[in-house]
Amino acid sequence: MFRFFAIRILRAAFTVALVVTFAFLVLRLSGDPARSIMGEDASPEAMAAFRQEWGLDQPLFMQYLHYFAAIFHGELGCSMRGGGAALDLVLSRIPATLMLTLPALLIKLAVGIPAGVYAALHRDSAIDRAVMVTAVAGYTVPSFVLGLVLVQLLAIWFAWLPTGGTGGLQHLILPILTLGIGGAAVLARFVRSAMLEVLGQPYIRTASAKGIPWASVVRGHALPNAAIPTVTIVGFMVGNLIAGSVVVESVFSWPGVGNLLVVSVAARDLAVVQCILLLVAVAMVFSNLIVDFLYGVLDPRLSNGDTGGGH
Amino acid sequence: MNMVEKVIQPTIAKPRKIIARRMPISVYLGLLWIAIVVVVAVLANQIAPYQHTALDLSNRLASPFHPKHLLGTDELGRDVLSRLIFSVRISVLVALGATMISASFGTAMGFAAAHFRGRIEQFILMLADFQAAMPFLILSLSVLAFFGNALPLFIGLMGLYGWERYARIARGLAISASAQGYAGAVRQLGASPSRVYLRHILPNISSTLIVSMTLTFPEIILMESSLSFLGLGVQPPMTSLGNMVGYGREYMTRAPWIMFAPAALIVTTTLSISLLGDWLRDRLDKGLQ
Repeated sequence: MFRFFAIRILRAAFTVALVVTFAFLVLRLSGDPARSIMGEDASPEAMAAFRQEWGLDQPLFMQYLHYFAAIFHGELGCSMRGGGAALDLVLSRIPATLMLTLPALLIKLAVGIPAGVYAALHRDSAIDRAVMVTAVAGYTVPSFVLGLVLVQLLAIWFAWLPTGGTGGLQHLILPILTLGIGGAAVLARFVRSAMLEVLGQPYIRTASAKGIPWASVVRGHALPNAAIPTVTIVGFMVGNLIAGSVVVESVFSWPGVGNLLVVSVAARDLAVVQCILLLVAVAMVFSNLIVDFLYGVLDPRLSNGDTGGGH
Repeated sequence: MNMVEKVIQPTIAKPRKIIARRMPISVYLGLLWIAIVVVVAVLANQIAPYQHTALDLSNRLASPFHPKHLLGTDELGRDVLSRLIFSVRISVLVALGATMISASFGTAMGFAAAHFRGRIEQFILMLADFQAAMPFLILSLSVLAFFGNALPLFIGLMGLYGWERYARIARGLAISASAQGYAGAVRQLGASPSRVYLRHILPNISSTLIVSMTLTFPEIILMESSLSFLGLGVQPPMTSLGNMVGYGREYMTRAPWIMFAPAALIVTTTLSISLLGDWLRDRLDKGLQ
């Protein structure tokens, strides 16, 4: 048990290190980092100070270590456009994004999981067909198209809701719906196939052959086992909370992290981009870690001895 | 297991027999649509009524079914139908190039993992885990921020999409294939590792790889169109489907057709390929779900 979690934590640390390395390499490969971070019109003194601060006058390997150290001290450079610390800028945008992604996550879970379970239990029924068609549609319609269709329908033709921007609660409805519908469809499809796979297992047949009522078989045997793969994809959605609405924020001009990322990429505001990349990586690694712990709880086989290296 | 059957039976005969079986009408329509899209992409120069950059300033924002412009024009009087046709070409080119890169790179990594095992395998699996754990949109946006955008770089970047899936599949299948008699036999005959993998193992696992290419292809189209929609993918004067939607959105209230024509095309195309991919997977590879 301890070994299982120790390996997971080590792996998580390694993934973060990998992202930091990725950011370091990309930054070095794309030209003079001092110029990239400080901007084209930084004064030579500021550049020299920056080089010294970040240890850019030292050998590459030392620079790499310095880079690591700086990041662990939370020094992520300054925004080229705003001038303030990149980290503060990104953090200030997170609440706005969470206002969209958290309710959307609730919609995904509340709609996607029951729909997927129901479709699997009533395979080939009319509802199963309907769920699958919606799921395929939700999967092939990109979020910007869905968002724009909703805007056209509900904001332009019927004029019930604003087309975008911030303000009252009604500004939240369309972006949340856009995020929620697509994600619910993906989740329903996934839960359905996880459920079908479990329902085809011999232990389900054994359980119902023993005379256990079908509802108890589903509750006691099928659902807990189908939950294991589902936890993975839900974990991904949780990790994606802080940056999972890049496209939707752009469609609705919502001032969140996603919008900041797009604007910063277009303006090549590298410190901000790098900061968002690292935050997303940490969020992802953290949610993966939670998923792994849940795995251990849901499936004791995984944490006893077998490290599950095949996954 | 599935593998064993596939190895024993001559693989070429198997898919043919299955495809001859009744194909659902939705898959048939999907195939037809894919064929149309491919023909349009290849013959863009011949089919398009105008060049995609040609201006017709006297007919700006003309609505569809205009005598000269079937699907109307945009804010500069550029023919929407022609732009659509050239966009299809670019989008298909990017998605096809990226799928090829991703499949080759992923398969090579998978074979390398299966061949060397040990540390190298662990490293490759760790890279694959990393790729799977990070949202691709964020990774590609950061690369685009650092390196700027050019079409070959963009295709290469999209070529990283989904490589970890091929790597995992190829690794798993190559490991089980290596345990089969035929791989051992050619190795005993003195074949080099590259010959064993490329000439003997690859053909035997290709159906699984092709199915996952069909499943990844629409995702790459969506990724490309999302990035282009954000204005960070394909750059003007080139045009792609996402890029058309992105620029068309500013004229949404006055001229929604500029935006909805490419949007409809993205949806129908990805839907067709997804239907085909799902069907192929159900027929050929139960194990891939």
